[in-house]
Amino acid sequence: MFKQKNYIALGIVALAAVLILSLPSSATARLKLALGSLFLPLFGLTGATQQLPSDLLNSVLPRRELLREIDNLRRQNQELQAQKLQDAATAMENDQLRGLLGWEKQQPWKFRLAHVVTRDPANWWRTVEIDLGSRDGMTANLPVLTTDGLVGRIWSVGYTRSQVILVGDPKCKVSALVEDPAQDTGILSASGPLDSSLADLTYLSGTADVKPGQTVVTSGIGGVFPKGIPLGQIVDAGPVDFGLYTQARVKLSANLGSLEDVLILTAQ
Amino acid sequence: MKVLNSILVLAAAFIAVFAEAVISGPRHLLGAQIDLLPALMIYAALNTNIVVVSLLAVFGGLWFDSLSANPLGLMILPLFAVGFPIFLQRELILREFPFAQVVLGGIASAVVPLLAVLMLLTAGQKPLLGWGSLWQWIVMTAGGALATPVFFTLFQWCEDALGYKPRTETSFRPDREIFRGRKKM
Repeated sequence: MFKQKNYIALGIVALAAVLILSLPSSATARLKLALGSLFLPLFGLTGATQQLPSDLLNSVLPRRELLREIDNLRRQNQELQAQKLQDAATAMENDQLRGLLGWEKQQPWKFRLAHVVTRDPANWWRTVEIDLGSRDGMTANLPVLTTDGLVGRIWSVGYTRSQVILVGDPKCKVSALVEDPAQDTGILSASGPLDSSLADLTYLSGTADVKPGQTVVTSGIGGVFPKGIPLGQIVDAGPVDFGLYTQARVKLSANLGSLEDVLILTAQ
Repeated sequence: MKVLNSILVLAAAFIAVFAEAVISGPRHLLGAQIDLLPALMIYAALNTNIVVVSLLAVFGGLWFDSLSANPLGLMILPLFAVGFPIFLQRELILREFPFAQVVLGGIASAVVPLLAVLMLLTAGQKPLLGWGSLWQWIVMTAGGALATPVFFTLFQWCEDALGYKPRTETSFRPDREIFRGRKKM
């Protein structure tokens, strides 16, 4: 039953596991990238398969429908152009006022659109992979969001892909601010493994008067996430640790369960 | 056929890991992703040799970790810890019976995530755990249990389709042929 060959196999596998686990983090990251790149042909195949139905649909879409859509997009574009002009004027005024007060000028941010390609196969992490990497200018800790709100931050960067750690994962803690009169601040952290739409807002002061429905945004403290990105809304709150702190549950604005496209906030 | 079977097992592991990372259906419906590698390991332990079991543990684990936030190499030992004892005891296991396959698949799918999480906690990592993890564990166990006989059927089908069957010996012997009627002179 227990032949010498089996002993050798046991030894080799155990040794390989120990060796790989004890590799330095830089080597591990490179090895992970190399192994992950083996899946690239399958990514391409999946992308082409997903594209096929929409291509087929586009080829049979009536001309009248397309013209109507173009008309709608033109109108929307004009509205956005007007909005952009208004925003530019506001930004200029903001810069002038900051200059008068002697405050540091705010750096403008640039967005990069990325597609979510995979989700973490393990149930105990909440991460996704996007199709932008170091060749596209991605670096660790860049904020990732959707038009609804914050999604997470870039955790590790490969040449063509990056791993994004989502809000609600134990490794992604966000300094948050409740938009109430007292401007209470806390830390948004993991809630539970099942519901990805909820997160816990911890370390609010014991006297914080947070109420359901109040909006939670990033506080800007910590330097990773800029101030004012929507995080979600308070669901309920209560005292913890014998009233020393207040803890609240937050319904996240971004739908983390069905992420397809995300925006990466890159400094200009 | 042995080589082909080994290649098929490793190819299946590769596709299974990719499918787990791309297909979000079970996660949306059941709240947990089903891991197919333990079920595949049961097939490998019962039907292939120790080399394939070892290769599946190493490469399956590495592929899984490469698409996950796990430390690289974490899944190797849990997979091997399940496959190796079953491989050693496989002569005593009624591997042809679907019931045995379901039970073994369930046990493997329950043990692998437990060992992985234990290793993570031992390494000082903080995985996302809570009461909901119990439900995820049940889903993973049930999913793995159901996937095991599917793998057995799938590989049997592949073997029938791609492998050659050995020529069976017929009972016909020309020297024992009985001629009826009179022999012509």
